[in-house]
Amino acid sequence: MIDSVRAAARVCEASAVGGSIAAMSAQVCIVGVGESDSGHLPHKSALQLHQQAAHAALDDAGLRPHDVDGLFTCGDEWAHALLVAEYLGLHPTYVDSTQVGGASWEFLVGHAVAALAAGRCTTALLVYGGTPRSDALRRRRPPEHAVRGPAQFEAVYGLTVVGKYALAARRHMHDYGTTSRQLAAVALAANRWAQLNPRALHHGHPLTIDDALRSRMVAEPLRQADCCVWTDGGGAVVLTTAERARDLRGGPVPVLGTGEAVSHLHLSQWDSMPDLVAAAASGRRAFEQAGVSPRDVDVLQVYDSVTIMVLLTLEALGFCEGGASGALAESGALEPGGALPTNTDGGGLAANHPGTRGIFLLIEAARQLRGDAGSRQVPNARIALCTGTGGFLSACGTVVLGT
Amino acid sequence: MSVTRPTAAWAGLLAPDPETESFWAGARQHKFLVRHCNACGRSHFYPRHACPHCWSDNCEWRPVSGHGRVFSYTVIHHNEHPLFRERVPYIVALVDLVEGVRVTANLVECTPEVVHVGLPVEVVYEQVGEELTVPQFRPIRR
Repeated sequence: MIDSVRAAARVCEASAVGGSIAAMSAQVCIVGVGESDSGHLPHKSALQLHQQAAHAALDDAGLRPHDVDGLFTCGDEWAHALLVAEYLGLHPTYVDSTQVGGASWEFLVGHAVAALAAGRCTTALLVYGGTPRSDALRRRRPPEHAVRGPAQFEAVYGLTVVGKYALAARRHMHDYGTTSRQLAAVALAANRWAQLNPRALHHGHPLTIDDALRSRMVAEPLRQADCCVWTDGGGAVVLTTAERARDLRGGPVPVLGTGEAVSHLHLSQWDSMPDLVAAAASGRRAFEQAGVSPRDVDVLQVYDSVTIMVLLTLEALGFCEGGASGALAESGALEPGGALPTNTDGGGLAANHPGTRGIFLLIEAARQLRGDAGSRQVPNARIALCTGTGGFLSACGTVVLGT
Repeated sequence: MSVTRPTAAWAGLLAPDPETESFWAGARQHKFLVRHCNACGRSHFYPRHACPHCWSDNCEWRPVSGHGRVFSYTVIHHNEHPLFRERVPYIVALVDLVEGVRVTANLVECTPEVVHVGLPVEVVYEQVGEELTVPQFRPIRR
């Protein structure tokens, strides 16, 4: 735990020693967050969810659409940012459409901080929407094209998305003795948080360890309960300079540090498997900039498209030694009331996962730091850390937020 | 784990390009080809025109021994892809070849009870249709 004075002092120290980067970060705040409807939304389009989330976030900040001059968004289609800008009636003069999978939103915060600090834009809107659940149920899937390039060497062997994560999980089990029960403990923690979040898909559907261990095998050693839910939904975050934030209605949440790193795309190229080197590198930068360490973090949001991702991230960020994350999860540390409250909205495992969910890590962290998290509020949350992971344990972005 | 595959569909699965067609041509002749860099002496896989370690384009195709060990593996129980739906459960492994490259493949002639990290394996070639030959790995029999 850390009080805000100590945090501020460390930020000043870091900026004095490390130059302008930390000072730059300290000048930028999250001033609004918002979500669209969430769940199964067969009568809403993905663009509609962008608008709904953006509207909520701008309302939260007390800003109007014409205030937005920086647009930060990503999706699957060609020129996604143009489509979103046009649909929303925006004419941004700064655009970033970095697409690195689920971690894109943590990367985009870092980019928005740099753009705002450099005066390239004054109000940055990060916005996402997706309807993968409804698309799948309507069988509206992307057409299957012949596989090109390096992906050929996985496609011909039927390596599925969950299978990719499973390769890392199996290796972690081999190296450290991690168990299926320890993986299930991650799912259980997420589910317990979801019981405190009425918007979570699994709210009202409590899970037990035995349920998790009996769920359908998907790709050994990963079962259904190790995998994220599949929902429709959207989210948005508004950032501006600390100077402008003073005049706005929402409680500003300063961005204390950011970092990003990429290690591979195809699993055979991940030399350090199962060490999540991208999270380690992004975390190191973000901690350094913020002038904090893992022991200072009060609330943690970690991308969880599968349970093993949480364990690998905890180790890489230094919340425990390599190989000790399974025991940490089994101890209940990640659960409500635990020493390391993690994924307090229920995460991708139990709350929502509309394609990419990195933006929801930021939304939940901001709510916790503003004291807006209702019955799942972590008492005295002053420092929050978000680490998004995208691709296939490939790309990680870390954002440290304060009060 | 032997399953008859719908070979016509396999012809459309891959779109070999200038960097990969030599690999698939080699597989048809039961050779597992990797790229070897004459500048830095390292091999790499998947194949690139230039070396990803030193960026030299003084690279050539070399056949490997086909021997290696399982680095990690998974048993796939669910895959909606039409070519794999009927094959489950099947094993996908990362295999570290003795030449120092890591490749992805199915383990064949091998049940989920037998496979483990470190298992010594050797390459075998599976013919799927007239055009496509796929290198696979099986446990080395003692």
